[in-house]
Amino acid sequence: MSYFLQGILSFAAAAGFGIIFNAPKKSLFYCGIVGMTGWLVYAYVDDLSQDPAKSSFAGAFTVAFVAHLMAKKFKMPMIIFSVAGIIPLVPGGSAYNAMRNVIEKDYSVAVEYGSVALIISGSIAMGLVFAEIITQLSVKVIGRLKVKP
Amino acid sequence: MTQDTELAVECCLLAGRLMMESGAETYRAEDTMDRMAISQQLTQSQSFVTPTGIIFAGSNSLPTRLVRISNRSTNLERIALINSVSRKLVNKDITLPEAYSELVNIEKEHKTLPLWIQIVAASVASASFLLLYGGTFKDVPTALIAGGVGFSISTLLEMKTRVKFFAEFLAALFICLIAIFSVAWGLGNEVDRIIIGSVMPLVPGLLITNAVRDLMAGHFVSGVSKGAEAFLTAFAIGAGVALGLSF
Repeated sequence: MSYFLQGILSFAAAAGFGIIFNAPKKSLFYCGIVGMTGWLVYAYVDDLSQDPAKSSFAGAFTVAFVAHLMAKKFKMPMIIFSVAGIIPLVPGGSAYNAMRNVIEKDYSVAVEYGSVALIISGSIAMGLVFAEIITQLSVKVIGRLKVKP
Repeated sequence: MTQDTELAVECCLLAGRLMMESGAETYRAEDTMDRMAISQQLTQSQSFVTPTGIIFAGSNSLPTRLVRISNRSTNLERIALINSVSRKLVNKDITLPEAYSELVNIEKEHKTLPLWIQIVAASVASASFLLLYGGTFKDVPTALIAGGVGFSISTLLEMKTRVKFFAEFLAALFICLIAIFSVAWGLGNEVDRIIIGSVMPLVPGLLITNAVRDLMAGHFVSGVSKGAEAFLTAFAIGAGVALGLSF
């Protein structure tokens, strides 16, 4: 599927989740933008590496970083922008497959899907934490540069 | 003076409770409460927030207060409003009684978007997910209907019964049945992709991410309990889908 179509679809999905989660009306458009950039980075890295852990890390990092920029700009909590953007990356598919296989008593396949889901959510969390630390450090560095002269 | 500190403690507790009820992260609620307390000269305040209750001590001499959090939902607009109230209070733009009355107003109004807009958003998101995960255009109408029906069942039942897991179980069951019947009548192609796309509005993505994030920040109690809630929700969805598939 072309990146253009994926961008439109992920924008619609993230803005839809913004509405479901009752995000403030003026932030809905930016929720969609955050979700779109995150998904496009995710899809691009996934095409390059074929590894869901790496691509989820890259996508989550982008989402959190852009969400931090938006939060700074609009003076709103960062979670408003990041939640809707993170949702498309969440391993709903593999979690669903894992639960379904547990109930069908196919335990080895279930463990396989379950560990994939676990690794993906771990790398999403790592992406969020990395972006947070980097933005905090950059804020400190920029603050110091501004104070000195 | 004592009246003021009492109101300050009350204000911090109300802000923390509203934040946790709206689905904020634990560390954000603690941070907001501490900032508000420090701006009201309660420099020795201690707060301990879990998803089910808040323990807050204004100072060493004041009594420690406990607040129970009984219902949790996701309402990002409320978090933004409470955040701006606390920002204004810390910057001394408003006084403490004004801040308290604003918080009470936020709790009373409980503004949400109309339900039908949320249902439309859920079905659009379901259809988008179906296509993003590699579904075909033929399955789009089914995903639209299944996603909307599933989301409205889970929301309405949760309002009526207050049992979240049962609501999600029934919603997943209906999504699964809609997908199976549409494929059986030739309206759709792939049962699996329709179900995965339409189930996405129910999947506890926020809880999973918040749980891991809280664990990383060192809030182990809330991390583990949010993880348990996420696991139970996922289990309810899986059970509903499995029951539907076994017919």
